[in-house]
Amino acid sequence: MALHRDLRDFHLEAEFSIGKGETFVLIGENGSGKSSLLYLLSGLLSPESGFISLDNRVLYDGCKGIHIPAEERDIGFVFQNYAIFPHLTVFENVAFGLRRRKVPESELRSRVAENLALLSLEHLSDVRADQLSGGECQRAALARALVIEPSLLLLDEPVSALDAIAQERMRSQICAYVRKSGIPCITVTHSFRDAVSLGDRLGVMERGRIIQDGDLEEVMGSGNTFLHHFFCGCKKDSHRL
Amino acid sequence: MTGKGDLRGRKNLALTIGAGVLITLLMVFIITPILGLFFRITPEQFLASLTDPMVWNALVLSLITAGISTLVIILVGTPVAWINARHRYPGREIVDTLIDLPLVLPPTVAGLALLMAFGRMGLIGGFFYNFGISIAFTTIAVIIAQIFVSVPFYIRQARASFEQLDTMYENAARSLGSTPLPTFFTIILPLVKAGLIGGAIMSFARALGEFGATIMFAGNFQGRTQTMPLAIYTAMQGDLYASITLSVILIIISFLVIAIVKFRLRGYMQR
Repeated sequence: MALHRDLRDFHLEAEFSIGKGETFVLIGENGSGKSSLLYLLSGLLSPESGFISLDNRVLYDGCKGIHIPAEERDIGFVFQNYAIFPHLTVFENVAFGLRRRKVPESELRSRVAENLALLSLEHLSDVRADQLSGGECQRAALARALVIEPSLLLLDEPVSALDAIAQERMRSQICAYVRKSGIPCITVTHSFRDAVSLGDRLGVMERGRIIQDGDLEEVMGSGNTFLHHFFCGCKKDSHRL
Repeated sequence: MTGKGDLRGRKNLALTIGAGVLITLLMVFIITPILGLFFRITPEQFLASLTDPMVWNALVLSLITAGISTLVIILVGTPVAWINARHRYPGREIVDTLIDLPLVLPPTVAGLALLMAFGRMGLIGGFFYNFGISIAFTTIAVIIAQIFVSVPFYIRQARASFEQLDTMYENAARSLGSTPLPTFFTIILPLVKAGLIGGAIMSFARALGEFGATIMFAGNFQGRTQTMPLAIYTAMQGDLYASITLSVILIIISFLVIAIVKFRLRGYMQR
């Protein structure tokens, strides 16, 4: 895919491809355009020009005027604030995408139950979503995105609301799911551990551009100040202070 | 230190007493006239007046017309409020200003304007009159007048509710394959229903109390256009008890409306 779009402070210009079962982790400073990139891919924001294709299906082509709307893209999106529908039960939240696809009730029930079990949410099935804790919301959001068997998974800060142990469990669940299903996954994160344990590949964004793209060693080896800060948690020349 | 503390304590006491006096004065100002109405009529007189056809007709007509007006306002106002809250289009500000206009317009002016538009000689009324349909001085005119004056109450509240709703819910629904209309009915509407119900109740209350525009545009015919406020005004000149009975009923309904908005909806919000 290649995308162009004017954002508030800069022009977003990104080009990359991602393989089946691969997790591409995007890191970068706040406001570098990471989340905007996810919104552009999902169709919730429109690019000004560029090209997006997924499994040989063109989702967007600025030259030919193709723009598949977000609701037809089959892209699973876990939002930073989860966006769990507070008035519905956990079951209905997860079932939402299947109901819109008119999946028969019996199949719907088994697929929802399977995904609730995958994320240890079975006991909360009938609980209204506004009663959930942050971590439960995040798991419900992931279950809701996975149940539609998307052709691309977008995760915006997928484990930020969890405690350390739950984070580790969630990361391994995401990894296992992505490998097993073969669905490509793009994750935006501020967490060093996410980048290391989730990412097959790492992309570094700065002012709307992917300035580094490669595996962990390659990216870590570069002399970028932000990266140094990201991986060490300290400024490059802090030892002088 | 003690002196300073004392001074602060005395200042606080003075402020508390001042606030207490102000609140009491305001309460007395609002409650006295209302109590005056309740004390002027005995329960027997109240019940006897209830059987007066004028009272009964006005009550039924008011509830039916205000109910229909509110229904029309909800059906037309909800999409308009949604569009104005979420979409930019040329002239949106003008549309917003025009929607608010009836709030500041004297109801008699609104009534006269409606007569000029829907009356026999009016812009729209003239067209209908060619087919033998007259709008002015009918029950339909009552409903039109009520809609005209009470529509801003609903749309303002509905628009504010839609604006307060985070777009992330719509985005999530879209990413899960939901097109705009199902998203609106399954996600957005349930999430803003408290605000919409609040707006609808305020519109209903305003429609129920409508006087000026109705008497100018619909006239004052018992059983056809004589709503409660008009009947109160008419009865004042003859049967004072009928007038007081209707006033008491209107006060009770208004009080219930405010109570429902305040207490019921607070419960909704917290859920």
